[in-house]
Amino acid sequence: MPLSPITATNEPPPRPPGRRLALPLDPGLTLAVIGLGICSVLTLGQATRKLVPGNPHYYVDRQIIYLSVGVVAMLVLSRLDYGVLKRMKNGIYVVLLLSILAVRVLGHANAVRGSQRAIEFPLFSFQASELGKVLLIVALAALVVERARHLRDRDTTARIVIAALIPAMFVIAQPDLGSGLVYMAIACMMLFIAGTSWKHLAALAALVAVSGAFVLAAAPAAGIHVVKQYQVERLTAFLHPSSNPQKRGYQQEESKIAIGSGQKTGRGLNSDQTSNGFVPESHTDFIFAAVGERWGFLGAGVVLLLYGLLMSRALRILVMAKDLYGSLVAAGVTAMLMFQVFVNMGMTIGIMPITGVTLPLMSYGGSSVVTTLLAVGLLQSIYVRARASAALKGRVARF
Amino acid sequence: MSAIEPVKRRDPQLPVSPGMALRVAILGGIAVALFSVIFFRLWYLQVLSGEKYVQQADANRARDLPIPAPRGAILDREGKAIVASTTTNAVQIVPSALPPAGAPRMALYEKLGRLLGMSAARIEAIVVRGRSAVPYAPVTIKTDAGTGVLTVLGERANEYPGVIQKPVSIRSYPFGEMAGHVLGYVGSVSSEQLKRTAFRGVTQGTIVGQEGLEYYYDRYLRGTAGVDRVEVNASGYPVPSKLEPTLPKPGRSLRVTLDQGLQREAEKALAEGKEHAQASGKPAVAGAFVAMEPRSGQILAAGSSPGFDPNRFAKPLSPSEYKSLQGGSGGVAPLADRAVNGTYPTGSTFKPITALAALEAGVVSPGEGLGAGSCITVGAASQRFCNAGMADFGAVGLVEALKVSSDTYFFEVGARANSRGPLIQEMARKLGIGRHNGIDLPSEFPGIVPDAAWRQRQNKAEEACERRRHVRSCGIVAEIKPWTIGENMNLAVGQGDLLTDPLQMAVAYSSLANAFNGGGEGNVPTPHLGMEIDEANGGLVQSLEFPAQRRVHLNPTDLSLVMEGIHQAASQAGGTSAAVWQGWDQAAHPVYGKTGTAQHVGKADQAWYMCYIGDPKRPIVIAVTVEQGGFGAETAAPIARLMASKWFGAKLKFVAGSSRTF
Repeated sequence: MPLSPITATNEPPPRPPGRRLALPLDPGLTLAVIGLGICSVLTLGQATRKLVPGNPHYYVDRQIIYLSVGVVAMLVLSRLDYGVLKRMKNGIYVVLLLSILAVRVLGHANAVRGSQRAIEFPLFSFQASELGKVLLIVALAALVVERARHLRDRDTTARIVIAALIPAMFVIAQPDLGSGLVYMAIACMMLFIAGTSWKHLAALAALVAVSGAFVLAAAPAAGIHVVKQYQVERLTAFLHPSSNPQKRGYQQEESKIAIGSGQKTGRGLNSDQTSNGFVPESHTDFIFAAVGERWGFLGAGVVLLLYGLLMSRALRILVMAKDLYGSLVAAGVTAMLMFQVFVNMGMTIGIMPITGVTLPLMSYGGSSVVTTLLAVGLLQSIYVRARASAALKGRVARF
Repeated sequence: MSAIEPVKRRDPQLPVSPGMALRVAILGGIAVALFSVIFFRLWYLQVLSGEKYVQQADANRARDLPIPAPRGAILDREGKAIVASTTTNAVQIVPSALPPAGAPRMALYEKLGRLLGMSAARIEAIVVRGRSAVPYAPVTIKTDAGTGVLTVLGERANEYPGVIQKPVSIRSYPFGEMAGHVLGYVGSVSSEQLKRTAFRGVTQGTIVGQEGLEYYYDRYLRGTAGVDRVEVNASGYPVPSKLEPTLPKPGRSLRVTLDQGLQREAEKALAEGKEHAQASGKPAVAGAFVAMEPRSGQILAAGSSPGFDPNRFAKPLSPSEYKSLQGGSGGVAPLADRAVNGTYPTGSTFKPITALAALEAGVVSPGEGLGAGSCITVGAASQRFCNAGMADFGAVGLVEALKVSSDTYFFEVGARANSRGPLIQEMARKLGIGRHNGIDLPSEFPGIVPDAAWRQRQNKAEEACERRRHVRSCGIVAEIKPWTIGENMNLAVGQGDLLTDPLQMAVAYSSLANAFNGGGEGNVPTPHLGMEIDEANGGLVQSLEFPAQRRVHLNPTDLSLVMEGIHQAASQAGGTSAAVWQGWDQAAHPVYGKTGTAQHVGKADQAWYMCYIGDPKRPIVIAVTVEQGGFGAETAAPIARLMASKWFGAKLKFVAGSSRTF
């Protein structure tokens, strides 16, 4: 069937003569994902070998499965035109809210941590707040695109902030403060990239500062506890570390000891700070402590580089996206990754409060791994569409 | 390039507006900045401060658990062990491996308690206390759970999570009550003790001596604890590791002067004496003895009755058990060492001291007859002082007075001496009564030898106390009154406010014997039990020296008169203890002995016997007392004879005397 230029947008793009899509995926992004996955498995192998008596591979085996499932999901998503998600934005937003509420209704209370974040299924537990990050990104980006012409309106900014704030409040109430903050970071980043006026952004920043001070200092002083007392303590503990295990700040102090004791090349098999449980959650939230102890400055540097690669590619894809929706989705994914990487790493090295965010792709956990790979899948999809579009336009896109 | 014209998109938005490019650039800048912060923070932590954190990590993972050193043995004078350390399997709890606190843990305690015969609350209390004493170390619950219990625990280990068996070294006293007061007992070091220099270097939870020789020689006996470097996880549960332990250094052994055969016989004899007295209706609740080598002050045997088994302290003792040992029924206080800490008047065993003081001061002359009649009356109040059983010995000389134990004679001596000041008191103190003699035991009661100055001090203390507390009486003295002649007369016969114990009397008689054999010059020995410190394998570390306290110079003529008096008392017809020594080879082993019967208000009399038995090689001084045991000749002297028989290898026979004198 002869191709008509008029219908080009609805038909598969014609292949420019002599040029084929050499790679169906962004090579840098793919390399970063594979590298981080390997780092995660290697580190978990060390840090979790004593966690389940008699089964040193328990966590490694599961993490490999999660990574594989996630990679498959990423590949599927990369083949999908992300544009369809824009049209489904209302549905996605409803699913987001319902899944978070479902956790409230169906979820089991975690007796040890006193929180309710997941729904138990026979083979896995589903943490809605994790998947919610991706759902929020695609829904929120669509909302911003819809309001693209009124971006400088106060009304737009308010709507977008509220659209993110509603699910954020629900997950904070679970309580999962970390994910809630990620939601807000995503919203802010989208506004920022979309071009919201600086005044609005400044007002937003001021609002965050005031409400933060209110929640952490003023309200508890007046006897009102907006967030739970332990969360306040956790958030402020990094300001006054403690070596007393009964006190907040102990975990962070132990994490610093673990990372510091790794020195340049790591303690190797002597990494007992993390493998003997001195650093709690050294396979999930504090996995970077295990990296630092096991592989030292060298290993931590490699992981840092891989995240650098991941983020530079995300920013690149943001810029090269063929449409605003793609750029905003990429911005949301970048916000999510950046926020989580810096807050999590900062927490393990004692410069950030403990907020309970995972280290993307490294931390053990199916919901987190699959969600991150879905987000990367979105980036891949944007990349693929951008290249295709550029090829269609005959531009030699600089990647 | 392409034949296809660029398409005008329906969507007018440009993917990247200049504004967006700026914002992305800002974002990129922020990301680079944050990466740098993390990079340099990692550099700081890992490269610059790495050493410090390695040390902290090592301190984290390794816990120093003390390995208790086996305590050194205590050997008798022949080198045979009378206290040893044995290994037994203890039931211990590893706190970190216990089920979660609350109902599951209490259920385990209940179950374990049923097996061990303890209450769950008690087990919990022990665990809590142990955990705070030595964190991370297993807590010993019971050291002497029988084999049956241990088998059950071994076979059903999975039903008792956190409960383990571990061989531990415990103190063992193979002869039970034998010499219990002297040997003392052991227990966990207390927090007060840890602050003292004597326990420097001792870690919490260490078993140390708490009484007797165990306490006094603890620094030699306890050894040096080793250190087990245990690698632990965050919960403090040990994980397999290859850290080298420092082995403990076993304690050194202590060789003491006790003669096991004599000690055992003396304890048997004391029991026999008590039974004998009880058979004639006396309560005879308690007693004590000391046997001493007079020249050196070596204590050959020392004991106090009722006794206690120090083995009971080797295992954790319940508070009620301890209370019963402290108090006992009827205030007999089994833990009290009456030989060293008794507070007794001595009755007539004090008379040789009175006699010697009076002779030396010229208060009486040896041939002067005194004490005619059964009573004498003294002073304005016309107080009457009488002989026991209103006996009338007539006016007798000094030697005869000692032989028959005439109270009236010594009352008169006491009355005369009073006007010359504290003659008797000074002699008593010179010989070792009413003062510390420096025995190597943790406590020694100094005693009281009353005189006018003492009375004045007591009165002043009472007055001061009454003024301070605004009460009518503090009970220091019954009534404020000056020193009276009657008090001196009572002291002359070993009554009144005199308070001493068998050990001091043994020192006094040893001093007399030494001076007697040295022509008036003799040592006041330092009573002691320690002989030498040996390595655990037997090599000598150090001989323990106890030089004499001082020398005494006594008039040899006066001294031989006094010694003649008490020799006749033990050997010649009419002597108070002659009947007891019937058949004794006085030529080979002359006995210089004095009975005593101390009177107590509202209680049966206290029997006393003091003797020195001469022998060129192995002289001995024996002191025996039986509380509420009746007359000295009836109850105490026969015990002394049994001890002497054992010491010199004579036939053992309980011969009760019949002399009813004080």
